Amino acid sequence: MRRLDALAAIYADLEECIVVTIMGAVAAELQSLGHRQNHFYLQHAMGLASSIGLGIALCRPELDVVVLDGDGSVLMNMGGLSTLGRYRPQRLTHVIFDNESLLSVGGFPTATSTGADLAGVAAAAGVPRTARVDTVEDFAAAFRAARTADELTTIVAKVDAHYEPPSNTKGFVTELGLLENRFQFARYLQTLGAD
Amino acid sequence: MPVSVDSSQIIYDSLRANGVRLVSALPETWLVHLIRMAEEDPEMILVRLAKEEEGVGISAGAHFTGTKSAMLMQNHGFLASINGIVSGAQLFRIPLLMVISDRGSFGEADPWQTEGGLVTEHVLDALRIPFDRIETREACARQIGKALTLAYASNRPVALLLGRDLMWEAA
Repeated sequence: MRRLDALAAIYADLEECIVVTIMGAVAAELQSLGHRQNHFYLQHAMGLASSIGLGIALCRPELDVVVLDGDGSVLMNMGGLSTLGRYRPQRLTHVIFDNESLLSVGGFPTATSTGADLAGVAAAAGVPRTARVDTVEDFAAAFRAARTADELTTIVAKVDAHYEPPSNTKGFVTELGLLENRFQFARYLQTLGAD
Repeated sequence: MPVSVDSSQIIYDSLRANGVRLVSALPETWLVHLIRMAEEDPEMILVRLAKEEEGVGISAGAHFTGTKSAMLMQNHGFLASINGIVSGAQLFRIPLLMVISDRGSFGEADPWQTEGGLVTEHVLDALRIPFDRIETREACARQIGKALTLAYASNRPVALLLGRDLMWEAA
């Protein structure tokens, strides 16, 4: 499956969620579908997207939080899966796009290419619901099931190690400034539900 | 255990009085009472970490929601968090209060703590993180308040080093 197609399949659903992504292709492709102020793109600090999602979920447990992660990032913070499994925020959905590769830095294979099973790791770390999907249809179905399950879910979506820079994107750099995104996102979160 | 309960209580009360509502922590000897106080406080969110760097992400997420937080960690935990601090908290201008037990200073009897003590202040300087050392109970409330004020005014990480004279009571 192409990651862009997977993102497009859930793009409408994301409008109702607080979305935290990793850097690189995921951030650029989601922005190519359309940036919204409920998206935060963690353009570095690899591994910490799920930690940011957990911090948001613990402080605002009534919100649906979606973390769009990757195999390279999760492998840098596998302990974070055990922290997620410990607190199990009910309305957090953790998507790991697994292309078995560090795509943005030359495509070198990660350990998921040699058998590391991140859905298995998440389950063993205490994440109550996990899924592993290979098609866009299965991904969209798993994502919607996760959002209605009221239980922390990790979905490992196997995707192609492929990236085509969208228009208005140079490599992985989009027109949206990092700090513009960060302050807009914080303001959005803090006004949400305040009225 | 000669870790000071009284000093820990003053530090904890100062964090609470300054509006801190979430703390992340990894256990370390000098922090045991502080972590227990957070655990027993129904109005505090305590996040027990596997590794300290996660706490940078937790605090960033909390900040985005408008929640004040603090990271409780040993100086070796600070050293383990550096990439998250630089490419997370500094790059994205997150006000971050790091409360660091500063092991390895004069009086340190544990050989394994001694290298971290040599480099902590130099690394804080290299990262341009404003810091101060607290050695007395009288200074706790004022320094915690001032540290948070600067963190929020600058949108940057700041650090308070908890010193031996504050945290350790001679048996």
